[in-house]
Amino acid sequence: MASEDVKILGGWPSPYVMRPRIALNIKSVNYEFLQEQFGSKSDLLLKSNPVYKKIPVMIHGEKPICESLIIVQYIDEVWDSGHSILPSDPYDRAVAKFWATYIDDKWFPGLRAISRAEGEDAKKEAAEEVIAGLVLLEDAFIKCSKGKSFFGGEKIGYLDIALGCFLASLTVTEKMGNIKLLDENKTPNLFKWAEKFSSDAAVKDVMPETGKLMDFAKVLIAKSKAS
Amino acid sequence: MENKDSTVKLVGFWVSPFVQRVRWALKLKGIEYEYIEEDIFNRSHLLSELNPVYEKVPVLVHNGKPLPESFIILEYIDETWKHDPLLPQDPHERATDRFWAKFAEEKLLDAAWIGLCSEDDEQEGAVKSSIEALEKIEEKLKGKNFFGGDRIGYVDIIIGWISYMLPVWEEVASMKIYDPMKFPAITSWISNFREHPVIKEEYLPSKDEMIVYFQWRRKVLKGTFPPMWKTKGKTATFQD
Repeated sequence: MASEDVKILGGWPSPYVMRPRIALNIKSVNYEFLQEQFGSKSDLLLKSNPVYKKIPVMIHGEKPICESLIIVQYIDEVWDSGHSILPSDPYDRAVAKFWATYIDDKWFPGLRAISRAEGEDAKKEAAEEVIAGLVLLEDAFIKCSKGKSFFGGEKIGYLDIALGCFLASLTVTEKMGNIKLLDENKTPNLFKWAEKFSSDAAVKDVMPETGKLMDFAKVLIAKSKAS
Repeated sequence: MENKDSTVKLVGFWVSPFVQRVRWALKLKGIEYEYIEEDIFNRSHLLSELNPVYEKVPVLVHNGKPLPESFIILEYIDETWKHDPLLPQDPHERATDRFWAKFAEEKLLDAAWIGLCSEDDEQEGAVKSSIEALEKIEEKLKGKNFFGGDRIGYVDIIIGWISYMLPVWEEVASMKIYDPMKFPAITSWISNFREHPVIKEEYLPSKDEMIVYFQWRRKVLKGTFPPMWKTKGKTATFQD
């Protein structure tokens, strides 16, 4: 398919960058993936996102769009190929947006806090918070999925993308911290969902491989300790 | 007198700027609703039932279904009652509006709130961040009556707190963020916003009551603020 003149500025390790890439895959829209060099910001990034200077940025034609969830909504509104990413019912849309905001504002910062926690007690407490969040999301899954495989129903939707992009980071955090977060017994539906999401056609090529991400995380930690 | 449309309820708190946004949106759309005041310092079972995750106001209840979070409520209102749209139709313009609303919330409101609740270096940092954010908003408002152009819309409602609450926070905390001389486009926008026929007629908490309230909040939060604010901005908010 001819290019639609879509560029994504990003980096392979970033969960936020995964979000618009999954969305574009769902819509079968070709795009150019311009990877930023870690540790520096390209002129194009600085020009397209002068306010935050962060990835991801989508450039459609000449127009930049910033902030991963805003980009996903934009993609859903522009292309009606593939399937709808957001639910069609306004209330269901609002619920999906609510949980996506919760994931970004509370849950993922909680996940990051585990690796920053100093001491076993602090790590345990941080992990318990993340698990409590997953229990809430398990409940949300049951309500949103209505018995189907994904938060979005039969197919991957907005909330699947919002949470699913963090699965590789979750696995790395579990392995590095020697803890279990996504537990088959505590959150059975999410456990099953994680596998289905990761192997979905729109996702599998953009989800970083755990080993590679763990090596990257180790380099980051070493750098931050050195500085 | 019974409200015509009792299928819309708004659970709020008299001084919350987040609740105020929903009031404005409902008024702009001409939607009748039942307002339920909740004392957030003596929460009833209502909030834990309607908003179990955060237990915060506002919560909109439509046909028995609850929705929290002012940003989400505003988009829901716009999608459910399609006349007099708050967000533009063009997807890129919508994305731009959403971007600026999020920016104003994180970089201006959250920062100004920290300024209200802190002093010395912490306050100085917060004031500096707030002014930087305001400068960016000033650029976006140049040459326009409202954020979207000639019509009031989503971003105006989100940043509407600037027009009546920011000066109160500044006075209470002895800080200066909005200097009318430095921000002519914002000054003009404040006037347009407050004089808008619908906004003008809508309830606003009185300045005196707000001053008393925020003096009390500043006193309470000043001692506790730094640890909460430093861990993650969002956990230390207006309603803690």
